[in-house]
Amino acid sequence: MPYIPHTPDDVRAMLDAIGADSIEDLFDEIPAHLKAAGKLDALPEGLSEMEVNRLMSDRAAQDAGAVSFIGAGAYQHHVPAAVWEIATRGEFYTAYTPYQAEASQGTLQVIYEFQTLMTRLTGMDVSNASVYDGASGLAEAVLMSLRANRKSKSRKVLVPTALNPRYTSATQAIVENQDVALQRVGFDAATGQTPLDALKDFEGEDYAALVISQPNFFGSLEEVDALTDWAHANKMLVIGVVNPTSLALLTPPGEWGTEGADIVVGEGQPLGVPLSSGGPYFGFMCCKQKHVRQMPGRIIGRTVDMEGKQGFTLTLQAREQHIRRSKATSNICTNQGLAMTAATIYTSLLGPDGLGNVAAHCHANTQALADKLTAIDGVERAFTAPTFHEVVLTLPKPADQVLAALAEKDVLGGVSLAGDYDMNNAILVNATEVHSEQDLQLFEQALKSVLNEWREMA
Amino acid sequence: MSETQLIFQLSHPGRSATSQAPKALAEDKLSAIPAHLRRKEKPGLPEVSEMQVVRHYTNLSSKNFAIDKQFYPLGSCTMKYNPRGANRAAMLPGFLNRHPLAPESHSQGFLSCMFELQNFLKEVTGMKGVSLAPMAGAQGEFAGVAMIRAYHDARGDDQRTEILIPNAAHGTNPATAVMCGYKVREVPVGPDGDVDLDALKEACGPQTAGLMMTNPSTCGVFERQIEDIAKAVHEAGGLLYYDGANLNAILGKVRPGDMGFDVIHMNLHKTFATPHGGGGPGAGPVGVSERLLPYLPTPMAGQRDDGSYHWIDTDTLDTSIGHLSAFMGNAGVLLRAYFYARSLGREGMIRVGEFSTLAANYLLKRLEAVGCTAAYPDRRASHEFILTFAKEAKELGVTAMDIAKRLLDYNQHAPTTYFPLLVPECFLIEPTETESKEALDEFVDAMAAILEEARTEPDMVKEAPFTQPVRRLDDVKAARELDLTWSE
Repeated sequence: MPYIPHTPDDVRAMLDAIGADSIEDLFDEIPAHLKAAGKLDALPEGLSEMEVNRLMSDRAAQDAGAVSFIGAGAYQHHVPAAVWEIATRGEFYTAYTPYQAEASQGTLQVIYEFQTLMTRLTGMDVSNASVYDGASGLAEAVLMSLRANRKSKSRKVLVPTALNPRYTSATQAIVENQDVALQRVGFDAATGQTPLDALKDFEGEDYAALVISQPNFFGSLEEVDALTDWAHANKMLVIGVVNPTSLALLTPPGEWGTEGADIVVGEGQPLGVPLSSGGPYFGFMCCKQKHVRQMPGRIIGRTVDMEGKQGFTLTLQAREQHIRRSKATSNICTNQGLAMTAATIYTSLLGPDGLGNVAAHCHANTQALADKLTAIDGVERAFTAPTFHEVVLTLPKPADQVLAALAEKDVLGGVSLAGDYDMNNAILVNATEVHSEQDLQLFEQALKSVLNEWREMA
Repeated sequence: MSETQLIFQLSHPGRSATSQAPKALAEDKLSAIPAHLRRKEKPGLPEVSEMQVVRHYTNLSSKNFAIDKQFYPLGSCTMKYNPRGANRAAMLPGFLNRHPLAPESHSQGFLSCMFELQNFLKEVTGMKGVSLAPMAGAQGEFAGVAMIRAYHDARGDDQRTEILIPNAAHGTNPATAVMCGYKVREVPVGPDGDVDLDALKEACGPQTAGLMMTNPSTCGVFERQIEDIAKAVHEAGGLLYYDGANLNAILGKVRPGDMGFDVIHMNLHKTFATPHGGGGPGAGPVGVSERLLPYLPTPMAGQRDDGSYHWIDTDTLDTSIGHLSAFMGNAGVLLRAYFYARSLGREGMIRVGEFSTLAANYLLKRLEAVGCTAAYPDRRASHEFILTFAKEAKELGVTAMDIAKRLLDYNQHAPTTYFPLLVPECFLIEPTETESKEALDEFVDAMAAILEEARTEPDMVKEAPFTQPVRRLDDVKAARELDLTWSE
């Protein structure tokens, strides 16, 4: 019996201790006609570890082998071997949420270190212990801003159209049940930035917060100082959505404008978490000290034990569902502890210079890729604003067709902007430190040949 | 065990794990980024060597209790063995390197696993459709209640403002109902652990959107009136939500769909043996009855007539409650659950409910025999049960918390304490099917010894633990003098 240790003798002894004749007797409080006997026939027979491993290895192999330039919120990075070798140690991998602090000091100290790392990257005062991912983290930040902005009675938040559309749709799905509205702010079709001009319509109106994405979905860098000051002048909080790798190079949101962002969220995946089909990743969430009691999720504090020795414990639990129930700041319980542990190890291994070098290589490689691809006839940069490590290119042919043709050559050439932005010929491409010169050339050659084939046909 | 320095205290300017990052680039490679958008100072991350990092976090790990080290009988948490094979399978390079937006042509392997997992979960729960999208139990709850709301909204039935919740429920239930814009109305639980049916009927009405409940309940007993409850809620026009926190108890024995539930979530990090990871990631797939199929969260995996797999998303299912994450939820957790489901198969699934129930009932009887008090002595345990130490607290001044802390000295993780809230000084104990009889007997021995200590040296028990990296912590100081980040 896989994973079940009981021998027939054990079972007999246990039933005797209970005073039952059979295991079935233990279910005698369940109405007989409800029982599932015979209803699970569609389930397959159990397999040995070797058999499941063979089956899943074959499946995994089907998806391998392409060179990918897709980013759009999840990025390929080198993950040091030590990161997951340590994170999957049983002591981290098979521990529970650290409710019993004395027996969980390992996990608790890791979270305290993580909170510190994130505040240093973002320039904010405090951090929580993670939320599910960047997109759902933004939803939590939007709800938090309604509670935290004492100057506003509004249940509306300004959200740039140039924000990752997946963040917008997830946030929408999560907040709409509480009658919260997301008001879209357009982008400049030439620069790919969210201009102050687009905000003029909302001047003097009551919104709880302005969301600023740096970089935005197009990879474009926003004028964060001006946007932040505009929001504060209009009594709105600023919710920053940031890429953690970029923060090794870019102004931390805590220093945006005169006062800095109020709440900062983002996708933690670039910090040592593999792409793995979209998860598990983790969302990070930081804020100014004065808003800490409005923050959702677990928070760890440093304290002392009864002998005065340093120790770590869950704190401010009166915000949480297991204490406050219907009055909690969120229903979040389980978060993304193991991915957060991996990120803590990753960030410690890289250090300030290492993470800076990763960010610089991502930027330089994407610039090099864009230069190579825009040298091809008919391929151009869609926007003029400076970018971090992602860029929008326009093609002479519909993006969906080009990407499908590239995929046949095992080149995954980015994502199409046809669906979300009606930019039918535009693709969003990303390169990171993992892409070699040969990878960039491969993309260039594949795109050339795809476009040439069509030209010849025409 | 000694105090472990923080990673920041090991930092030494100029030190680095150089093999882990690419070499520095010339500054002109960054000239496209305007200076005013650049960071003025390097972030204050630790500057340490690779070995320092490895040693630091390895040492920290040793300060944790974990299933791989100890018996971990947390009630309603299902701390069963997490198969190592599942971890290896989920970390296969083809899965690990697949971008979530990779085209379907490069996703057939992954999609096939997700499609099959959806079908397995449908079968074991008796539901008509499953979405794997929610990333944790609480997000599954959110998706479930949001679907209930979408269903009523689609019918123009906008008078339904209340969700009914038994007062023994997990805190996530009322918190979720509020996140979905509902008011919460609590329903009392009777002295035998079953819902007070008359009170429930009284509470049902045209304002009832639905009822959220767990079965077996958080009282550790099977709700025997489940069909009457379903009838009362359905007759009032409400829907029935099943919190799958305790699905382990009935896996293969009873299906929520057959009990009349309209929507359920499953905690794969409980029932399907994926790791808890020190607080996640989990996965909280949702299953629905026929009438909620249009509202399932996306994306889901579908199969075409030619056998190939594809994504089902809001472009084809525009009634869906939508996306709950940027991509498709905790894919790596879902792969681990898929491994577990394939490994167990049909017979294995049935054994889960059987042997987890056997272990709980055995442990309950043995603990009663050494002097512990069951909260519901006349009931069968499900896969978990409640003890109450109200008598010890009153007579000896030794609380459930004291006994929990003392258990750590016996190298046993404490059960869930002070939950459910309606039983005073309680333990909620869930041993799971993967613990041997010897492990259960050791726990009984520890409890017997602690009860004896409570009588003979109560002051000692009140100061436990003694053997852990720290003694009891000053939680009041932690909350009053907030210290949430390190500064030099």
